[in-house]
Amino acid sequence: MSETRQECRFCAGGCGEQAKYAELDTVIESYKDREGCLIMVLHAAQEIFGYLPIELQTYIADKLMIPLSEVYGVVSFYSFFSMKECGKHTLRVCLGTACYVRGGMRLIEHIKEKLNVEVGGTTADKTFTFEVARCIGACGLAPAIMIDDEVYKHVTPKYLDEILAGY
Amino acid sequence: MVKKISSLADLELIAKEYGERMSAYEHQILVCAGAGCISCGCGAVRDTVRSTLSELGLDNKAIVKETGCMGTCAVGPVMLLLPERIFYVGLTPENIPSLLKAHFVDGKVVEERTFFDPIQKKYIPGMDDIPFYKEQVRIVLRNCGIVEYGQIESYIADGGGYRAAHKALTSMTPGEVVGEVKASGLRGRGGGGFPTGQKWEAGLNAAGDRKYLVCNADEGDPGAFMDRSVIEGDPHNVIEGMIIGGYAIGATRGFVYIRAEYPIAVERLSAAIAEARDYGLLGDNLFGTDFSFDLEIRIGAGAFVCGEETALMASIEGQRGEPRQKPPFPFQAGLFGKPTIINNVETYANIPSIIDGGAAKFASIGTEKAKGTKVFALAGNIITSGIVEVPIGTKMEDIIYKIGGGILNGKKFKAAQVGGPSGGCITSDNVDVPMDYETLIARSAMMGSGGLIVMDEDTCMVDTARFFLDFVQDESCGKCTACRLGTKRMLEILQRITRGKGRMDDLDTLMELAETVRDSAMCGLGQTSPNPVLSTLRFFREEYEAHVIDKKCPAGVCVHLLSYSINPEKCKGCSACARACPVEAIVGELKKPYVIDRTICVKCGNCMTVCKFGAIVKE
Repeated sequence: MSETRQECRFCAGGCGEQAKYAELDTVIESYKDREGCLIMVLHAAQEIFGYLPIELQTYIADKLMIPLSEVYGVVSFYSFFSMKECGKHTLRVCLGTACYVRGGMRLIEHIKEKLNVEVGGTTADKTFTFEVARCIGACGLAPAIMIDDEVYKHVTPKYLDEILAGY
Repeated sequence: MVKKISSLADLELIAKEYGERMSAYEHQILVCAGAGCISCGCGAVRDTVRSTLSELGLDNKAIVKETGCMGTCAVGPVMLLLPERIFYVGLTPENIPSLLKAHFVDGKVVEERTFFDPIQKKYIPGMDDIPFYKEQVRIVLRNCGIVEYGQIESYIADGGGYRAAHKALTSMTPGEVVGEVKASGLRGRGGGGFPTGQKWEAGLNAAGDRKYLVCNADEGDPGAFMDRSVIEGDPHNVIEGMIIGGYAIGATRGFVYIRAEYPIAVERLSAAIAEARDYGLLGDNLFGTDFSFDLEIRIGAGAFVCGEETALMASIEGQRGEPRQKPPFPFQAGLFGKPTIINNVETYANIPSIIDGGAAKFASIGTEKAKGTKVFALAGNIITSGIVEVPIGTKMEDIIYKIGGGILNGKKFKAAQVGGPSGGCITSDNVDVPMDYETLIARSAMMGSGGLIVMDEDTCMVDTARFFLDFVQDESCGKCTACRLGTKRMLEILQRITRGKGRMDDLDTLMELAETVRDSAMCGLGQTSPNPVLSTLRFFREEYEAHVIDKKCPAGVCVHLLSYSINPEKCKGCSACARACPVEAIVGELKKPYVIDRTICVKCGNCMTVCKFGAIVKE
């Protein structure tokens, strides 16, 4: 069985990665003797790390002593598990026709500049994952955006700043 | 550390002490904390009720209790005042202070905050006078909205809880428990309708050193939220049902498989399991007998197919949730290869009442072939959407009109989808049929888990079939070809038809594909996935033909087949539509009829919404 990962892949320490692995170890320890615990461990790991990159899957496979292919098979089967890092909130700008002509693109440009993030990306502080939506059915409220399940209507760049400040 | 319960006297003592604690208060205020009310902000309502009571100096006279779903999700947040049983709806932190003051200080019932009955067109303050409740028979939901979901004492006192488990474990043999369940005529509530007693008997007779009992709480059908309400509102009822089930088949361990989309249900059930363990109702030697039983929760990870029992077991084992061939059936080789009995949440929730009140009493409700009640989740274009429980065999029209208050906005009933994506639609010609397993199957629908989605005249049935197929196609696990490719091809055809590119031979191909998938898919989900197509093709073929031949969507839903125009006789030339149009497709001069340029129009419908003169025509 492998040792607990001692340091972060990216920095010399201080990012909390080590603490996260320690937390995961505790979870794995508590489940270890229970048959079929992989999904519960993956839930906990995603809760701790936010997503399940392949390095993390390798780590879990080692700890549970099961093949990585089995872990990967499960992670890729269930829609709840993500292999891509996501922000705390999902910010979607509608680019349906109505929103497009009413300034949806302006909002996109504004977000790119203000949050320094590309479409499909996640902000550096991991607050938002930024996506473009096809019509969200709020044409009468155009341009509209959605943050998680909340719809905001008649959004202007100025109003957008106010909305984002609330998160 | 609480005292472990080991006898009936222990249960009675807890009930007595809880009762005495409650009778110190003149009033009880039950605030609904079902999922619907939570999303309407019942937490803030509950806090305001508490703070208002102390401002009014009523802390010692009234106690606030948080209960599970009361059922009327459409008018939440709601609360029930005891002992007078006045039911208040549409609560907000703003209207609570004046409401409580009027009710408790001035002694007046605030009528305009009580339930408005859409049929009698009047306010009905007393809960028991409201048709929504009056027409229901509650067995599964008997404690929902009454007991505090987070208090085992409340379940023991107000719900008569754990008496059935005590009775089964101390005075009946496993065979007698199975016999009682068989005699009750209870059938599985997850959809299939297999007799529960027969299943348990197979479990009891199965040879094995270890057996498992599983509760299927992976309620994945869009529009279904019955099991969620039961677990969130009365978790101990499900636990007690499982203890009895475990005893009956000889299992010492049980699993509850809940979907990850129900975090509140997971939280409340986990708390209830821990509570039951503290009281010695789960664990070793229950009620001083040599029967031991414990439960564990396993959480799904967003795969619809895991509602199918073999896929569910694979998922509990920590594998990809793919179904497998039967036989062997779960009672022969199930979870971890051991004999396993799987029942749905609602099935277990019936068990304590059957053991407590006897099989004969349970069997007096329902039809000849199906006993007891069924919980339905009423949703769609219906006035009082929510959770209802009625005797099996109740007519659908009674559920929709007497309980649900009829169709929203005075529209006409078109059809109701029963059984989610595995079910079919019941048309207005069939709305007087009794809702039971066999009758629904004869009408190309099925009881399913109990989702009942009401659709009005503005619903396009082709689009509805496309919606459900889109869902099952997306959720198909891909293991068998029939489901993986069959649903894909069917979806493509439906998309083509709703876009106005359909051909007449598409309808025959669709039918052929549907029958092939139904007959050859491996699991129940695959086999039932063509049902929405088969049933809409059977009852609404003319609507399909209108899409294919006339390139029209009679209900005005399929955007590609729509066009908007302005009736020059009704248009007053106010320019409201032109201003509302996002793409400037509407032009004209003030006080003269405007026109829509169809080459620019994006069919968003804004103009129709803003026109005060009904001049916009959609066809």
